[in-house]
Amino acid sequence: MNAISEGIQYLISSLSLGGLYALMALGLVIVYGILRLVNFAYGELVMVAGYGLLLFGDSPLPWIFVAILSVVAALLAGVAMERVAFRPVRNSNATTLLITSFAVSTLLQSVALLTISPRPRAPRLPGLFVESVTFGDLQVKIVDLIGIVVGVLALVALTLFMRRTVIGLALRAAADDFTMTRLLGVPANRVIASAFAVSGLMAGIVALFWIGRTGQTYPSVGLQPVLIAFIASVVGGMESLKGAVLGGYVLGFLTMGLQTWLPQGVNNYRDAVMFGIVILVLLLRPQGLVSPSYSREAR
Amino acid sequence: MSSLRGTGSGWARSRINLLSTPFILVAGLVLIALIGQFRGDVVFDRVVTVMFINLLLTVGLQIFMGNSGLGSFGQYAFVAIGAYASIWFSLSPEQKSLALPDMPETWWLYGQHQPFLVATFIAAGIAAVGGGLIGIAFVRLRGASFTIATFAMLIVVNRVALQWEALTRGARTVLGIPKYTDLLTAFVWAAIVVVIAFAFKESTFGLKLRATREDEAAAASIGIHAALMRWIAWTLSAGVSGLGGALWAHFIQQFSPHNFYLRETFLIIAMLVIGGAGSVSGAALGTVVVALGQEQLRQTENWINAERTAGSGLFGAIPFDVRGFADIVLAVAIILVLIWRPAGITNGREITFATFRRLWPGNRNIPRGGADPVLGDVS
Repeated sequence: MNAISEGIQYLISSLSLGGLYALMALGLVIVYGILRLVNFAYGELVMVAGYGLLLFGDSPLPWIFVAILSVVAALLAGVAMERVAFRPVRNSNATTLLITSFAVSTLLQSVALLTISPRPRAPRLPGLFVESVTFGDLQVKIVDLIGIVVGVLALVALTLFMRRTVIGLALRAAADDFTMTRLLGVPANRVIASAFAVSGLMAGIVALFWIGRTGQTYPSVGLQPVLIAFIASVVGGMESLKGAVLGGYVLGFLTMGLQTWLPQGVNNYRDAVMFGIVILVLLLRPQGLVSPSYSREAR
Repeated sequence: MSSLRGTGSGWARSRINLLSTPFILVAGLVLIALIGQFRGDVVFDRVVTVMFINLLLTVGLQIFMGNSGLGSFGQYAFVAIGAYASIWFSLSPEQKSLALPDMPETWWLYGQHQPFLVATFIAAGIAAVGGGLIGIAFVRLRGASFTIATFAMLIVVNRVALQWEALTRGARTVLGIPKYTDLLTAFVWAAIVVVIAFAFKESTFGLKLRATREDEAAAASIGIHAALMRWIAWTLSAGVSGLGGALWAHFIQQFSPHNFYLRETFLIIAMLVIGGAGSVSGAALGTVVVALGQEQLRQTENWINAERTAGSGLFGAIPFDVRGFADIVLAVAIILVLIWRPAGITNGREITFATFRRLWPGNRNIPRGGADPVLGDVS
């Protein structure tokens, strides 16, 4: 394989992975922007969608409906999570919110462990996820191409939603200054519930591709996505949706780059290095790569 | 100051009342240790010993979290450091060749063979130095950023431990560690840590740190160096966690980096939050309540599974193995506590003589003792 096709291969894999990471980070940041809640239980929304694929996959429905149902399940789980666990502690400090989300995460994992199975299960996936197409000496996985398209589509749709709809406007306003937004008559419950719905939606889409890559779903399947979302959003900027997207793509390119060019022995320390970077960013540039464009609410 | 600390009925009396807390807590521990010692039941002995070690870890976490109001998800990084550091020094070279086969024989560390007590102190010291160094940077952070940074630290330590085979044997389990920790050792250390935590809380440092927790700007305006106070508590807390790791390593006798991760972190946070992070009594009580509750649930679980396999009655109808039910109950408990009683069972107060006197019929009007001025209601 020559250098050019190797470059293209790298570009395609990175764009696909970066798009996935960007969606992961967005789901985390959209909630953080409003509630200052870093939602550990976000990974369990990915798990819900994963078990959705397993459950609905047993039915004779075409796979696309299975996928849609699973994404909807994650969305509903996100809204339910907010209603049951986070709304009652909404006005507490950051530490209480974090501990609550840690507890919700543990709860959902334990429930899955108890009622389904601790062992990985393989949901029905269409052949798309393993097939490749060949252009000359270039072999590209179809799922990577779909991933790029879906990633971009989801980002465009989210941008339109945030800019063109009333609830999107309310979400942006609430992220800027929640108290003021409420004073202007925007119902807090609805805004926060929408943020969790968007978060669940992102987790659902992420789940399709994440589980599509590994082919398995298990109770702690959401841990890796949530860790990636942490890194991407801290590096990109916890308070900015643009930052989350940028952080996601940067991390995607970095991960693929390290995987392609670094020897395996060094790669084993990848997570340690990544989280070391997270600590450094928090210390040296807490706002991340992209500073929030709005006037930050004084808290 | 006296109204901050006392029950409001005279300095001397409130002082005595205040100082009653460590005595009551240690007396409680003595009682549990005696029951453990004389029941002569291996399982119960084990449960109580693990409980004492967890109590030490939870109280160690309270030293930082309770007084500073910041959340740490990174405590188990120090427990891991303490556990591994203790076996580097406590094992003889022959034992190391089996337990840590990847450690080069040429290393200075390989030749070390210290008594357990010395190894424990070294382990706690290494954890404290590590905590102190990273703490210089961490104490500048606040709120969620702080917690995420500690979480990142946990992951870094976990990944390094998984890879650095010379020091940790990597992902494989370290086996063949001699059992130096028994019920009595665990009890003594737990009692010492309870006293240390209490002394720290009531010391000038502790009081200043609690002031920064309530209002950092106001505390700074009266000359309190918030970052320094945080650093002291953080370093002390890291050292105590390392100590706990050393004790645990020589009780459990085999472990791997997987034993110092999210599940374990969640357990001590749950113990602290359920009991009440604001007080040492809360940390101690939370540990006892959670440990006994979990043990009871585990036994119930085993019983249900036995019934299920036998196919008898109602339980025969359950389509799955009942496993991890204790974790579900714990997670629900912590959420409910945070919703309904955010300052925990103790409501952020210490258990004092007054607590017991109020239990007497007709004594409800005795002022509550040991109130933390802000976390609890000031009465």
